[in-house]
Amino acid sequence: MKAVRRFFQRLISWATSARDEEFLRAEIEQHIAMQTAENLRAGLPPIEARRQALLKFGNVEAIKETYRDQRGLPFTETLVRDTRHAIRRLRKTPAFTAAALVTLALGISGNTAIFAVIDSILIRPLPYPHADDLLSVWHTTSGLPGLPGTIECSPSMYFTYREENRVFQQFGVWDLGGASVTGIDEPELPRALFVTYGVLDILGVKPLLGRWFSQADDTPGTPETVMLTYGYWQRRFGGDTAIVGRTLTIDSRPRTVIGVMPEEFRFQRDPELILPQRFERDTLSLGPFGYRGIVRLKPGVTIEQASADVTRMVGIWLNAWPTPPGMDRTPFQNVRLGPRLQPLKQDIVGDIGAALWVVMGTLGLVLVIACANVANLMLVRAEARQPELAIRAALGAGWGRIAREMLVESMTLGVLGGALGLGVAYAALRMLVAIGPDTVPRLREIGIDSFVLAFAVGVSLLSGALFGVLPVLKYAGPRVAAALQGVGRRFSEGRERHRARNTLVVAQVALALVLLVGAGLMIRTFQQLRSVKPGFSHPEEIQILHSMIPEAVSKDPDRVMRMQHEILDRLAALPGVTSVGFGTAAPLESFFAGGNPVYAEDQTFAEGKFPPLRQIRKIAPGFFKTMGTRVMAGRDFTWTDMYEKRRVAIVSENLAREWWGGPRAALGKRIREAGPADPWREIVGVVEDVYDNGVQVKPPAFAYWPALMDRYIWGDENGFAVSTGMFAIRSNRTGTESLLTEARQAIWSMNGRQPVFLVTTLQTLYDQSMARTSFTLVMLALAGGMALVLGIVGIYGVIAYVLSQRTREIGIRTALGAQPAELLRTFVRHGLVLTGIGAALGLVAAAGLTRLMSSLLFGVTALDPVTYAAVTALLVAAAALASYLPTRWAIAIDPVQALRAE
Amino acid sequence: MKDTDVRQGTLALMVLKTLDVLGPLHGYGIARRIEQISGDLLTVNQGTLYPVLLKLVQEGSIASEWGASENNRKARFYRLTRQGRKQLQAEARSWEQTATIIERFFAVKSQDLE
Repeated sequence: MKAVRRFFQRLISWATSARDEEFLRAEIEQHIAMQTAENLRAGLPPIEARRQALLKFGNVEAIKETYRDQRGLPFTETLVRDTRHAIRRLRKTPAFTAAALVTLALGISGNTAIFAVIDSILIRPLPYPHADDLLSVWHTTSGLPGLPGTIECSPSMYFTYREENRVFQQFGVWDLGGASVTGIDEPELPRALFVTYGVLDILGVKPLLGRWFSQADDTPGTPETVMLTYGYWQRRFGGDTAIVGRTLTIDSRPRTVIGVMPEEFRFQRDPELILPQRFERDTLSLGPFGYRGIVRLKPGVTIEQASADVTRMVGIWLNAWPTPPGMDRTPFQNVRLGPRLQPLKQDIVGDIGAALWVVMGTLGLVLVIACANVANLMLVRAEARQPELAIRAALGAGWGRIAREMLVESMTLGVLGGALGLGVAYAALRMLVAIGPDTVPRLREIGIDSFVLAFAVGVSLLSGALFGVLPVLKYAGPRVAAALQGVGRRFSEGRERHRARNTLVVAQVALALVLLVGAGLMIRTFQQLRSVKPGFSHPEEIQILHSMIPEAVSKDPDRVMRMQHEILDRLAALPGVTSVGFGTAAPLESFFAGGNPVYAEDQTFAEGKFPPLRQIRKIAPGFFKTMGTRVMAGRDFTWTDMYEKRRVAIVSENLAREWWGGPRAALGKRIREAGPADPWREIVGVVEDVYDNGVQVKPPAFAYWPALMDRYIWGDENGFAVSTGMFAIRSNRTGTESLLTEARQAIWSMNGRQPVFLVTTLQTLYDQSMARTSFTLVMLALAGGMALVLGIVGIYGVIAYVLSQRTREIGIRTALGAQPAELLRTFVRHGLVLTGIGAALGLVAAAGLTRLMSSLLFGVTALDPVTYAAVTALLVAAAALASYLPTRWAIAIDPVQALRAE
Repeated sequence: MKDTDVRQGTLALMVLKTLDVLGPLHGYGIARRIEQISGDLLTVNQGTLYPVLLKLVQEGSIASEWGASENNRKARFYRLTRQGRKQLQAEARSWEQTATIIERFFAVKSQDLE
């Protein structure tokens, strides 16, 4: 109780401290005056009377100090006072402060920004309620060789899983695609998300306007409906709330808008429209696979339990549904489908984590180097203050008091640097969100939240402590006498005094080497990637746009083909166009990837087993010429092949080698897709491999079919033609707005209702396929560059400081006849010895640490000798220069001047 | 043995007793009184009195106000509060008890225990 009362008294007097101080002074003065008067009465002479009074009272300042400690809240009070002093001292040395702050801000901003990215992408839960219960549903295919190891769900699985499950709250499937919107402004093809009615319930995000899909929306035969996402609603309809109930023409059919999703709704690839996914239950068979399953588990159910449930349901499913026409059940059984359930987050985030953690690690090292540099500056500063500190210690300032003051100064620097860094990080993140590539998952969610803020504060304080502790240990200690002795002139320094700084420089060099090796490895990786021949040439000249001939315009394959041909001719006639091509997709457009088993007439496959999956692409003549894909044997398709519907095919070189040993041997062989429903097609050409999944991945084997076919497994009785396809234009005007406008006009002059979408260049796709590598490269190169500069500044600082302390010694030596070359050698050797030790340690550390980034490397090992040698050479050369220059300047000084120095 | 180290608690008790006996008094007066009573047995740096006075004020055992000293100067006078008087009584009692116990212990001779 008394303690509480005392605390409040202290709190009050802390607030009124200035007045109390005055009272105390008056009271003590009065006390001494009374004692002096007493002493005078006792007969002492005036001066002696006062002296005796003071002696009797004791140490006035010490009493005041004790009194103050008791009066207010001494910790807060001195903290505030020390901080104020620290800021005052920092302002007196603007150069030092600026250098330290910029260094810290660089280090802290980098770490904060990348942590914010990691937090938003990897740590924060997905923006759905109880996101931990959300799983994506895939299947392992242990019995199926070739691509890609896992497959998605089939429509029939949707019904089985929805109806037979025991541990799901709800199950749904979804798919991404485009849906043309016509009748308002220019026809366009927004990104569309197709969902069964359960998917939005599973995500749990309520619509802003209107309602979710119901089971009725899924059922064929009912009026067709659509939901809009916030962005599309704002863009196309200006946020008009009367939109619900309006009818839009989507894929040439009327659909009623039933709702708008709120602004904070997020989904993969930012869909603009949400459409119900309808399945005609009576027509379904086991296949095809290609729908992404999503499930919300009942509370408390584990992934293992859910997997067991899926295993059980796969068994039911296999026997409950008919097989696709012309196929029996054995191959489906032999695929040995197994459950592969994983948290939805893992699905969305993918494998970007590895790159992010590597970057975070490197930036962490940069921060450590930055701290080492600031510590070095602080050491110099503490050294300069040493006489002052010694005098204060002699006058009774406690060791703890001085240590606290120095630490407060470091912390102040740390916090100020952190605040600056946070500002920089905020700006950098804003920029990243604005210009970041779409391949970064959850990009729009990136920002600074309280967790990141706490991280920034923590890092700032930690940095402050990190670089603050060293000077405290060295200089706040009780070494008064030694320090006071040193106040006068010195001839040279003891070795021991440089040890701390030398250690720091060695550490800096070692860390810089690690980062430079990392950056070097990424540069080598990038070089290797660029040197891979991707199966196309001069991608910067290739303009890509997709278009669709709606079913309402024509369903007749011949007519569709002729229209595409006509568009090709019009595009080819545009000025500056050298060649045009048409096909289902361009290289690297892997989101259109669809693998299917391909049979060869002369190859036998085990009974009841699927042959490996191959990539399929339907193309028209001129595709390879436009892409720059070389024909290795045989020929390209011709228009006669198309219109006469000859059963011809082209395969990639790796497929030809695998089955027939070489390109030539493949000519004349016959292949077909999927099963007996597809006719045999004769191979007329073999083309170069195309790195369709990015240059770091082995090129997939390809079968190319003509864009027009009389019979095809996915066609109908009239045959098949590619109605939604990609036009490639090779031109020196690629990427210009004028070419795009003319190309659009060419398409619309054929058919005004034909949407044009996914406009890009092959170069963009190529760059995107290497985006992760180039991102990591840029970040590591930045980090490595910063580390190099900081390390070099560190070496320079040490050498320059040693020189400044030894100016007199140099003067004497020169006066006694020492040769400049010899002096040069002495100091440069000092720098090189430090560098050498640092580099040796760094090489060992790099060999260990770069293994962590091996998943990011391509065509180069983590122990690549070229990189290690080049980086070490670079570092040593830079260090030599950093030691040479200050020495050169120092020994150029006139010895007489040098002796007069200090 | 000449003990110059007086613990704060003891000093506080002396301050309370002084104020109880002499009524309101300034710091110098309190210091003089303690000196006089203890004779040369207890020499204290007079200044150490002030932190003790502050602590007692904060605890509410004494109160202070500014007034005129005998030589007509401004001085701070301390007086016992009601709470302080209670505290003094309680502490005096406990002190007497302690003293009695210690006294008895020293009075005991070895044969008394047999």
